[in-house]
Amino acid sequence: MTTRTTDNPGAATTAAPGPRPRLSHRHPMLAYLAKRLVITAGLLLGVTVLTFGLVQVVPGDPVTANLSDQALNDPAAVAAFRAKWGLDQPVYLQYWHYLQHLLSGDLGTSQQTGRAVVEDLLHYVPATMELAIPTMLLALLLGTGIGMLAAVRNGRLTDQLIRVGALLGLSTPPFWLSLVVLYLFFYQLGLSPSGGRLSPGFTPPDTVTGMYTVDAALSGQWELAWDAAQHLVLPVLVLTCLTVAILVRFVRSSMLEVLQHDYIKAAYAKGLPTSLVLRRHLLRAGLVPVITVSGLAFASLLSGTVLVENIFGWPGLGQYAYRSASALDLPAILGASLFVALVYTLVNLAVDLLYGLIDPRIRLQ
Amino acid sequence: MTSLAEVDPKLAKPLNRRRWLRRVRGATAGRPIWRQPVTVVALSILAAWLLIALAAPLIAPYDPIAQSVDTYQGPSGAHWFGTDSLGRDVFSRVVYGARLSIPLALAIVALALLLGGLLGLVAGYVGRFLDEAVMRLTDLVFAFPQIILAMAVTAAFGPSTGNAILALVIVSWPVYARVIRSAVLTIRGEDYLNASRLLGVGPITTLRRDVLPNSVGPAIVLATLELGNAVLLLAALSFLGLGPRPPAAEWGSMVALGAQDLSMWWVSVFPGLAILTVVLAFNVLGDALRDRLDPRYMNGR
Amino acid sequence: MGALLDIDRLAVALPGPRGPLPILHDVSLTVGEGELVGIAGESGCGKSMTAQTVLGLLPPGAKTTGSARFDGRELLTLDRKGWQRVRGRGIAMVFQDPTAALHPMLTVGTQLTEHMRIHLGMNRKAAQRRAVDLLDQVRLPDPERALRAYPHQFSGGMRQRVAIAGALAAQPRLLIADEPTTALDVTVQAGILALLDRLRRDTGLAVAFITHDLGVLSALTARSYVFYAGRVVEAGPTGALLTGPRHPYTAALLGARPHGGQTGVALTPIPGSPPAPGELPPGCAFSTRCAHVRDECRTAVPPLHPAGPDRTSACVIRTELEVAA
Repeated sequence: MTTRTTDNPGAATTAAPGPRPRLSHRHPMLAYLAKRLVITAGLLLGVTVLTFGLVQVVPGDPVTANLSDQALNDPAAVAAFRAKWGLDQPVYLQYWHYLQHLLSGDLGTSQQTGRAVVEDLLHYVPATMELAIPTMLLALLLGTGIGMLAAVRNGRLTDQLIRVGALLGLSTPPFWLSLVVLYLFFYQLGLSPSGGRLSPGFTPPDTVTGMYTVDAALSGQWELAWDAAQHLVLPVLVLTCLTVAILVRFVRSSMLEVLQHDYIKAAYAKGLPTSLVLRRHLLRAGLVPVITVSGLAFASLLSGTVLVENIFGWPGLGQYAYRSASALDLPAILGASLFVALVYTLVNLAVDLLYGLIDPRIRLQ
Repeated sequence: MTSLAEVDPKLAKPLNRRRWLRRVRGATAGRPIWRQPVTVVALSILAAWLLIALAAPLIAPYDPIAQSVDTYQGPSGAHWFGTDSLGRDVFSRVVYGARLSIPLALAIVALALLLGGLLGLVAGYVGRFLDEAVMRLTDLVFAFPQIILAMAVTAAFGPSTGNAILALVIVSWPVYARVIRSAVLTIRGEDYLNASRLLGVGPITTLRRDVLPNSVGPAIVLATLELGNAVLLLAALSFLGLGPRPPAAEWGSMVALGAQDLSMWWVSVFPGLAILTVVLAFNVLGDALRDRLDPRYMNGR
Repeated sequence: MGALLDIDRLAVALPGPRGPLPILHDVSLTVGEGELVGIAGESGCGKSMTAQTVLGLLPPGAKTTGSARFDGRELLTLDRKGWQRVRGRGIAMVFQDPTAALHPMLTVGTQLTEHMRIHLGMNRKAAQRRAVDLLDQVRLPDPERALRAYPHQFSGGMRQRVAIAGALAAQPRLLIADEPTTALDVTVQAGILALLDRLRRDTGLAVAFITHDLGVLSALTARSYVFYAGRVVEAGPTGALLTGPRHPYTAALLGARPHGGQTGVALTPIPGSPPAPGELPPGCAFSTRCAHVRDECRTAVPPLHPAGPDRTSACVIRTELEVAA
């Protein structure tokens, strides 16, 4: 969905009231940014209400989920647990406290790990980023190239093979594909490690970015970096298959639409070589919508990590969210969901702004 | 996992009736979808799965939940797809799995279509505050990757078949709401609706006679594409242990069982292939439908 | 010596659901060096398809027979490299809608110079200098600044001037103008027409002017062709053609045309609509709408035959027709 939140008529008027020339008249890009920021903030507030509300409505009791049977029989222990986590207060107060803490960067303490949720996130998020960044780069590159090829070869064999391939990629359960590649490359061929971020015997490098390959390379531990990189290959492969499939379909459709335009015909009519028409005229116009969809591809990538991390034993955000969800660990679920929503919303914001920067029709309005 | 419909640029754009018509005219150059080889294959696969689901007790050689001492048997004449860690026949479980996944996916899509379609219709038709509220609600759901929200919802309400359906309806209704809303908005601007308003036709009648029939086309295409997505999401939830409870023969949880021991590849490969074929068939069908979408034809005229 | 562009018995068929769909039948047409030739007809009659054939822009799978020679060389058998040499350099095209034909995300400068640099082997600086000259020539104010601007920053008429400058950039010998004024305001049209005429006189450029407006032709062109349903139905000197049409379709077109400023003259619309390709009636394609139709029209397609000095018509009626009014 490309049109989300851009149709809010109320937000523009909040930018600059009063007799002075409206901000939106002097700096259209700034006004656009302000409007988008207001919308994003509102959306994030909604996200906190949703996640918090969800946990309130649920029949599951975090007390029973987190205390041992013995402690459950002790009323004092139960009361202490409730008081410690603020569960004895009215719901709206709990939410208000949660929001207050949130604004000061405090996401609470995970009942499971006993650590601050922020600390947990700092530990788990870089692991996911180490998967997501190469996947996204690879997928954008491959998706654009393959999608464009399919569009140019529209209807021919190449196009049909690509279309079938993309549909196949979208129809394959990522968790199953993970198992299949693991079975092939680890169990049968022995070419790859079975999972995790490092082989036994290696100790993680000092944390700079939290991404082992980068950190190891930064400290000059090439053997460690190589080992970490090997662990990346299979999960990135699976996630890339998924993401490329989405992008290829979108790029193809987008490019096909551009190819219909007179300006492509005009470019050919000027006697430009095909390569130049494709590279300069087609790619430029066709990529604008692709930027929009890359935000969506990123969301699907985050979804994918939940399942893929599970199989590859990758201690990332997906694993964390899954574990805290099954343990009814309130602060952890709230923190992880909020974080994912925050990242996703910001990515979409960035995409929208980028869109404005790239298309001169929007930029120069 | 992202639904095809969500990333489909044609559906993502606000619907433009003239563009649809133009595509329809272009589309008449091809054969009807039931005459295309790819669609025929997809339809046959779906028909086969439907038959398997209906006739599961006749096809399955074993009770899908009966355990036995023959654990981890490889594929053989007695057990075509081998047996799992509890000695259950994988083939019988895959066959019975169709009885779970296909009806559940249909239920999820039907409920989401009902909920989203209704909200979209009302939002588009009434406009103003209601429209704003519904659209912000869709934004909210869109702010989460589907599986993460679904996971949070099921985990919170407790893992069960019913809650998995609830979770998947919650994460998938906004797509319908948006598409139906833009269909309504497009139609609302058109002359014949204004004309009927001038003639003093009530809003309910207008909804039923003009808006609804014109939204049906996009909704059907969307629903077909979303069926595949529903099967995938349901399998993913089950894989995470958040779907139908064991020992139910659900494809996703069967794949999870195979993850325990890689050497017993047959435990997860066959249920995975089942998911793959069903989802692929739905997607191919939805794709073909979308390419050939003809609003006039959808109107039943 | 033949004409600059010599199309001879050209037929084009596009792929359709039930086999090839014939679009053009037996089209013969010439444009001489430095000549301004008009091509008229309703939309969908094959005018634009003829232009696309001459530029090799037919959709994939299109089948062509007959011949189309440019400067003595056969176009229909050209390979990709061959086409690249002809397009822009030999034959250039101006499209109907300049907003659609200019790339929205490339500067005017890029769109004016990119083919110059390829065809004329110019460097960036030289190409830009020439682009400024061209914009000056098409009377675009402040050409230097225009080079850095994007198409959407200009009005429709100015955009068409930019597009014309772009078409002229690589010094083509033939310009095909496909309804270049249809998408523009009436007030802007005259300026564009005058510009084309001036360019032809100044540079010796040959122009094939495609339009559905016969009135435009009378002011501009020496010779004209009238297309109907993928065929040339009448051809000849524009003046004679407009004052004494020999084909009922030409006569009907003239009758359906508003007479500039004249009031009280009734317009006579042509009944029905042109037949779609593949649904042509047997015999003359116009027989279903013709006021003078006879039995023989419905059996065989009347061939083009001489109808006066330098004139041909494809009608069984061999006398001059009166314009219905």
